[in-house]
Amino acid sequence: MSADSTPTDNINPAVDGSELIRFDKVTKRFGSNVVLDNLDFSVNSGKHVTLIGPSGSGKTTILRLLMTLLSPDEGTIKVGGEYLTHEERGGKLVPAGEKHTREVRKNIGMVFQQFNLFPNMKVLRNITEAPVHVLGLSKDEADERARELLDQVGLGDKADAYPSQLSGGQQQRVAIARALAMRPQVLLLDEVTSALDPELVAGVLDVLRDIAHSTDITMLCVTHEMNFARDISDQVLMFDSGRVIESGSAEKIFGDPDHERTREFLSAVL
Amino acid sequence: MNEITAGLWGLLFDGLWITVQLTVYSAALAAVVAFVIGLARTHRLWIVRFLSGAYFEIFRGTSALILMFWIFFVVPLLFGWQLVPMWAAVLALGLTYGAYGSEVVRGSVAAVAPAQREAGIALSFTSAQQLRKIILPQAWPEMVPPFNNLLIELLKGTALVSVVGVGDITREANLVRNATGDSAPVFTVILVMYFVLAFVITRGMRVVERQAKASIGQAPPKSGGITAKLGLRQQVETSQSAGGSS
Repeated sequence: MSADSTPTDNINPAVDGSELIRFDKVTKRFGSNVVLDNLDFSVNSGKHVTLIGPSGSGKTTILRLLMTLLSPDEGTIKVGGEYLTHEERGGKLVPAGEKHTREVRKNIGMVFQQFNLFPNMKVLRNITEAPVHVLGLSKDEADERARELLDQVGLGDKADAYPSQLSGGQQQRVAIARALAMRPQVLLLDEVTSALDPELVAGVLDVLRDIAHSTDITMLCVTHEMNFARDISDQVLMFDSGRVIESGSAEKIFGDPDHERTREFLSAVL
Repeated sequence: MNEITAGLWGLLFDGLWITVQLTVYSAALAAVVAFVIGLARTHRLWIVRFLSGAYFEIFRGTSALILMFWIFFVVPLLFGWQLVPMWAAVLALGLTYGAYGSEVVRGSVAAVAPAQREAGIALSFTSAQQLRKIILPQAWPEMVPPFNNLLIELLKGTALVSVVGVGDITREANLVRNATGDSAPVFTVILVMYFVLAFVITRGMRVVERQAKASIGQAPPKSGGITAKLGLRQQVETSQSAGGSS
């Protein structure tokens, strides 16, 4: 890639099954605790990938690295052919400036366990703020798109509510709409139903199923909802101690896993 | 013992006006200092944190009165220019109370959930946008009650200026007392004056606090308050949304 190309040049939004995300020998430590250990893996464009494994196995860390909420201690991450936290300068790989990282990051959206809506903004503005001020959409354009998305997640009548006036499930659906409003290529879902009351989980999962089936967004999903994972996943990665110990189709991993550790884990959670 | 004449009472009201001006100007300067220093103390560059931290420690640890003397008496000797007493006083009070206020700003900003900043990063906002759109609006309601305390401290701190010859309530009261020798009524009246000013400040800050909380979807403001009468837009919007959902 040439040094003068803007980071988005190399990204082909069409779903061609090409490699969209690549982790190359990524290591992440917290103190002496190695969370990710020399991790290699890649995700192809348009795929829905679920990360499963015991807690502390590094699944959420992968999403947080992709969202640049954390930086890798070693190794590199590429999104759409561009280094995420590094830049090439004079043939050398150096830590990227904030601007470069922000450009690459625009292709990635994230939905958090605790929703993290902005309490100081009404629902509609939660969704339109970034499209207007980051992508440069006109206010009308952003409003129209936000209302469509709110309809899509079943909250068309809540545009003028504050987040504090919504239930957890409603807040999470707004958070999904907010992430989608940025038209990301990659959507990261970090245990998005874990903080919800049981009766609210289904509504959120239905919205996500709809997105998985009706769009070509690449999804990386950390979840404890194994039925949901089985429904939407093209690929399931089983993590243990910071490594991928098994990877395969949902039918394969949930039906007939090769690895003993996977079998133990699934029998414990299913 | 002489009578306190209407003219002498008039002096107290002149002093009251000076005290109000001093409080407003010093508070304005203190607010600027508080935000600049308070935010600088959360900056990612250590040198910025160090310099702003040094400012905070120095101005918190020195007396406003001595600073006022210094600005009024020492600066002319060192630099050869003399500030009028009023501005020397505003400078001393603003810099000192700004240091206290910076701690309020820093603490309230630090108290905003880190997840809010993460959500801002996930939407690719710049650091400045995160601060302006997400962090400060949420930190602001937390700042208002401690700012109220500081503002009242500042009001009472303005009494210090009488020693550099600014004609505030306290100085005028002393003049009147010297003229008449009648301490009790004069000091009682200025005690009440300070109290009334402090009370007005507190009521005003309560309105600000309610407004601030309403702006982040907590506790909707009472309808028909002062701000509603002034027709502030925010007030109208929030009462509508609160009404709509209940």
